[in-house]
Amino acid sequence: MLLIRCPYCEAERPEVEFVYAGEAHIARPTNPSALSDEAWKDHLFTRSNPRGRHFERWRHLHGCGRFFNAVRDTVSDRFALTYKAGLPRPTDAEIDAAQTPATNAPATNNAPAAQIQEARS
Amino acid sequence: MVPHAPASLLVRNGALSVRPADEVARFSLRLAPADAGQAAAAFGGPLPGRIGAMSQSNGRTALQLGPDEWHILAPPTDADALSAAFAALPVVHSLVDISHREVGLLVEGTAATLALRSAIAFDLEAMAVGSGCRTLFDKAQILLIREAPDRFRIEVWRSFADHVWSLLRAASREIDLDL
Repeated sequence: MLLIRCPYCEAERPEVEFVYAGEAHIARPTNPSALSDEAWKDHLFTRSNPRGRHFERWRHLHGCGRFFNAVRDTVSDRFALTYKAGLPRPTDAEIDAAQTPATNAPATNNAPAAQIQEARS
Repeated sequence: MVPHAPASLLVRNGALSVRPADEVARFSLRLAPADAGQAAAAFGGPLPGRIGAMSQSNGRTALQLGPDEWHILAPPTDADALSAAFAALPVVHSLVDISHREVGLLVEGTAATLALRSAIAFDLEAMAVGSGCRTLFDKAQILLIREAPDRFRIEVWRSFADHVWSLLRAASREIDLDL
């Protein structure tokens, strides 16, 4: 099971307490009626779906109940870092810095499976 | 209290005892974190300032569950006084009596962490004494409070209590038979 750090509880909590809530940093258009159908469709349905680093929202449903943002690698499933909702998107340098400390391993987009934080339940 | 439950579950060698807790009054308090200082007067002591932390005063216990959410346990005879104290509080807040929404279970003994580990997914050994959190027990949402190294309190909704009790009964049976 993955351990996810909740930035509000400031603790590593088991994955089952969380729910995924889609891509992060998607600003709702201030005046939807001024948008073309094409642009509105893109806002509603079109997501980046990257291979690798992904900015996404999670909710600590069975905990503090808060939404927060996370940076996760969609290939290795490794969480690089989590941060409070409303904060700006972290830069690549900040993400790399958050990823290196414990293992001293090179931070690549494809972290080996051994680096995935795992906890036996 | 817990449907179809015997008075308590006991393991022969005394390593584990699971029993329903005494009746208490429970409140859910929602309040802007900046106003927590003012609410301390109504609570009768400082509210905890960190998620997971607990504070006690005059038999009342407050556990912080979220940035703006506290769970308060108080003796049943104190419920009216607590409500009145918060009603007089001048800051915007919400205090809801949830006494009968939940039941308390006490899991006690040297095998307490072993029994709870059967259905809780995080490291119970590392949980600090005097802290608490909302988490999942199997699929049921509970509040877990570590009152002492060998004593845990579970607060669970009545409708889930039977499920939690059954799982603890199964776990205690395994511990009893040393499986």
